[in-house]
Amino acid sequence: MQAMVSVSHLTRKFGDFTAVDDLSFTVPTGEVVGFLGPNGAGKSTTMKMITGFLTPTSGRIEVCGADIDIDPKASKKQLGYLPEGAPMYGDMTTERFLGFIAEIRGYRGAELKRRVDMAIDRIELGEVRHQTIDTLSKGFKRRVGLAQAILHDPPVLVLDEPTDGLDPNQKHEVRNLISDIAHDKAIIISTHILEEVDAVCTRALIIDRGRLLADGTPRELETRAEDHNAIEMVVAVEKQELVRNALQPITGVARIDVTPFAADTVALQLVPNGGVDLLLTVNQVIAEQLLPVQQIHQQRGQLEQLFRQLTFANSGDVASPGELS
Amino acid sequence: MNNLGVIFKRELAGYFLTPLAYVFIVIFLFLNGIFTFYLGQFFERGQADLQPFFEFHPYLYLILIPPVAMRLWAEERKSGSIELLMTLPVGLGEVVLGKFLAAWCFTAVALLGTFPVWLTVNYLGEPDNGIIVAGYLGSLLMAGAYLAIGSCMSALTKNQVVAFVLSVVVCFLFIVSGFPMVLDFFSGWAPAVIVNTVASLSFLTHFDAIVQGVIDFNDIIYFASLIGFWLFATAVLVELKKA
Repeated sequence: MQAMVSVSHLTRKFGDFTAVDDLSFTVPTGEVVGFLGPNGAGKSTTMKMITGFLTPTSGRIEVCGADIDIDPKASKKQLGYLPEGAPMYGDMTTERFLGFIAEIRGYRGAELKRRVDMAIDRIELGEVRHQTIDTLSKGFKRRVGLAQAILHDPPVLVLDEPTDGLDPNQKHEVRNLISDIAHDKAIIISTHILEEVDAVCTRALIIDRGRLLADGTPRELETRAEDHNAIEMVVAVEKQELVRNALQPITGVARIDVTPFAADTVALQLVPNGGVDLLLTVNQVIAEQLLPVQQIHQQRGQLEQLFRQLTFANSGDVASPGELS
Repeated sequence: MNNLGVIFKRELAGYFLTPLAYVFIVIFLFLNGIFTFYLGQFFERGQADLQPFFEFHPYLYLILIPPVAMRLWAEERKSGSIELLMTLPVGLGEVVLGKFLAAWCFTAVALLGTFPVWLTVNYLGEPDNGIIVAGYLGSLLMAGAYLAIGSCMSALTKNQVVAFVLSVVVCFLFIVSGFPMVLDFFSGWAPAVIVNTVASLSFLTHFDAIVQGVIDFNDIIYFASLIGFWLFATAVLVELKKA
């Protein structure tokens, strides 16, 4: 697959502060890449550089083969961009605003009208077509911003927090829309909603302090979470010592966490070293020793766990629980 | 440059989307009337020309042009729409020029609204209409210079009020540099070259010449280069302040 967006050794400094630090990645057609990271991680700054708003301190960005520094207009033509907070010309109506964008994108006459109508249809903006953007709800404003970004059917889409401020139904719609158009586009979205990554992204990049900490499919990243393949079981309070003592010696068990479950039961969570699958061994031990275990199931790693692991460790607030990146 | 027209159209329409345009035009015409007929003693002079009308334009523009220019960039920066605009396939030059031309065109519309004064003077006497046309041209050129300064000040800040105050101050400097009291201050000690340079920077020196009907190439160059300089400064500032 051809890389539609290619970023190499991208760095951006604001005075002494390094917002983006030697970031490299590529995005081919058909991929939806999710930028994950705490606030101030450098997600928006990276997006602003890809879209040509900010100039990098160093590094190269290519969009559809055109260097954004050398030929910004060619790159910008291939891009649809929803800036953070979806700023727009509030005193225009939805239709006029989209018409303006279409005109700047080079459409005239009937084609212009067709493009605007298509975007309005696609994002379901019909009811606010003639309404001034300033008077729209946050959700509608965001959608007008999306309509503006997809109007020219660009091969590359950069969406900075596309679902921020939307209600759950609207979020669902926007995610469906992204998935619908994803097959022939390279899409970069930023978010701090982790479920969104599962829902729409084919790949996630975890960024903190301007550095790339992890890069992989959501499934791959989940396996890197500390609690991946952890085994959870419920036992009676008075039996917990017995069960713990029996399971602790199994090789590969990092630790066993105990949390209250119901009035007279506790949940034991057996965390394996490096995400190894211990289910068979644990089952064997339970069967051999007839351990009084009531429920047992294995967990998948949580993206959220990995996110906390990586970004916490990086900020130095909490010691890292094992090297994972 | 094919997007220049698109930017121009949006900006010009933008003026009329808010009450600003109408309020501005009404106040502009009203103040013009007061200055011309009351302070300028248009009738009492008994002369068929528009001297008293044009004479006050530098001062009228000093307070009325900055409000037209202050929104050009400050508003874009405040709302963040500048990020959208600058990531569209449109050149910085097109945007700077398109916005300026829209503001200029808007001012021209307001200025054309003063045509009853011209009708009046033609009804009452037989003025030299060539001089009047020159006056209108000079006035428009000067308005362009005010606007270019205002555009640059607007690019300097997110705050429209700050942009307004700054442009009034800078424009004021360009007026007073032609005042006798300022020139006297320099002529006491500075060589004649400096005095002349300071005087030649003033709007008044050049505007008065045009209003007298003397369209000197130098005066036109003066206003054109002033506009060019401040628009260039605007572009530089917009580029610098994006971060």
